Amino acid sequence: MSASPTHIRLTLPRASFTLAVDLLLPPGGITVLFGASGSGKTSLLRCVAGLERARDTFIRVADQVWDDAATGRFVPPWQRSVGYVFQEASLFEHLDVAGNLRFGLRRSGTGDTTAALHSAIQLLGIETLLRRRVDELSGGERQRVAIARAIARRPSLLLLDEPLASLDQKRRAEILPWLGQLRDESLIPMLYVTHSADELARLADTLVVLDGGRATACGPVADVLSQTDAPVVVGEDAGALLMGRVAARDLTWHLVRVDFAGGSLWLRDTGLAPGRDVRIRVLARDVSLTTVEPRQTSIQNLLPCTVSTLSHDTHPSQVLVGLQCGPCRLLARITRRAAAELELQPGLPAWAQVKAAALIE
Amino acid sequence: MPNLDPETWQAIWLTLQLAGLTTAVLLVIATPIAWWLARSPSRWRGPVEALVALPLVLPPTVLGFYLLVSFGPHGPLGKLTSALGLGTLAFTFTGLLIGSIIYSLPFAVQPLQRAFEAVGTRPMEVASTLGARPFDAFVSVALPLARPGFITAAILSFAHTVGEFGVVLMIGGNIPGRTRVVSTEIYGYVEAMQYAQAHWLAAGMVMFSFVVLLGLTLLDRPTVRILP
Repeated sequence: MSASPTHIRLTLPRASFTLAVDLLLPPGGITVLFGASGSGKTSLLRCVAGLERARDTFIRVADQVWDDAATGRFVPPWQRSVGYVFQEASLFEHLDVAGNLRFGLRRSGTGDTTAALHSAIQLLGIETLLRRRVDELSGGERQRVAIARAIARRPSLLLLDEPLASLDQKRRAEILPWLGQLRDESLIPMLYVTHSADELARLADTLVVLDGGRATACGPVADVLSQTDAPVVVGEDAGALLMGRVAARDLTWHLVRVDFAGGSLWLRDTGLAPGRDVRIRVLARDVSLTTVEPRQTSIQNLLPCTVSTLSHDTHPSQVLVGLQCGPCRLLARITRRAAAELELQPGLPAWAQVKAAALIE
Repeated sequence: MPNLDPETWQAIWLTLQLAGLTTAVLLVIATPIAWWLARSPSRWRGPVEALVALPLVLPPTVLGFYLLVSFGPHGPLGKLTSALGLGTLAFTFTGLLIGSIIYSLPFAVQPLQRAFEAVGTRPMEVASTLGARPFDAFVSVALPLARPGFITAAILSFAHTVGEFGVVLMIGGNIPGRTRVVSTEIYGYVEAMQYAQAHWLAAGMVMFSFVVLLGLTLLDRPTVRILP
């Protein structure tokens, strides 16, 4: 991992919008670029890889300046220590799987290529595919080979452009765990483009929200998702993301207890063993508030918290309440009338009643 | 093989030499032209594409006429070759070769251009992000992916050269052993009312062309696979 943050600044006029960003990203983990199609996500990746040239650029990755408009420095793509996984299968059809993997390695110029190749093969679980022809692979297998080919060169930055978008639900579920493992074990920082809420919730450490070519939010994923001044709607609704760990299983009631920094939640048991790191997504509409500790309620998950913000919501009848729950933040959507009757204001202690939460492996 | 005189065998051998050499030279010079046509955003692309396709629509005699004029002692090529002490190219095998190359150029360029277009820019971008310089990517990715286009181009160039007549007659002069090829030999036999000889040669051409095409087709189907 490099010491200095990744810096991406560029301006790129497009037909329907102008991509203009200035991002400082942590030099590790997965940074998800999230936004609707046509928000400039792919253009941004292409500029970082050097496949396109933008104006007013400054791109620095792992202390290497790749593109600097001020000095006129532009490192061509083949000299950048970058891995690029394209949306659709981009394997070379005239080579077998092993040939594809070796293509980048032979040109990487680094020393120990055998070890790098071996760990890439293991990390993506493609040992049995090496002698296969590319057209014999399934869509999911192709993308795993493409990812292995990109990381085998040990790039300073791995760019992934909606790598799961061309796959069906089943293949996606098959490949997602490999990506999680890649984040935890390869230590290669990644820029991951997606418009899938599921992939974002599972993979993001840092979140950049792009809208019409501009970065409307950028920061640690839990912070960005729980901000109330400009709520980030991911998937069907705005909602917070909590990082937790499976603490206990209750076999009688088929529930698991997940502890996180701000408390714990009982969730539906999906068979996860205690000790597993998980993420919990709590949508704003699934959180209600009370100012006295409720008794005799069907809602099992009660979290003591403090009201931190009250913001306008999508409809004038509603408010979006930001809650501080220990070091964690939650969002609750309630009616404006309820907020008035409860006399909610920043600093007021309250109880968050969590009706539903999604456990993300 | 009955009643084919040595002169006819000579014409057959010359035809194969001409077609083989033309094909070899064409694959070398058509590749960069096709690559440029497939990839360049230049405004000269259209005019160059039309120029390359010109031999498709021009009567061979028109092409042959201008080649003859330029090969002649007062033509630009003729002046150059004379200055170099090579004499003039008209009525020589080299002249015939140059004529064939120009005449069959679209048959080599167009399949290659289609193949390079089908390969698209993506494999080249992938190669560059894997550390391949542009020429490296061209050789190690674009050329192998465009293989079907090369096979089609080779077949068409060869067959088209074997079958050319007008250009050969105009600039070759039908000199035995130097510029007399099978097509002009057949013409000569028909002129001389030697229909039996013409038949052998003509039927041989049909058979030969069929076998070559069939063989190359079986070797690798000359279809350009469209990548997703």
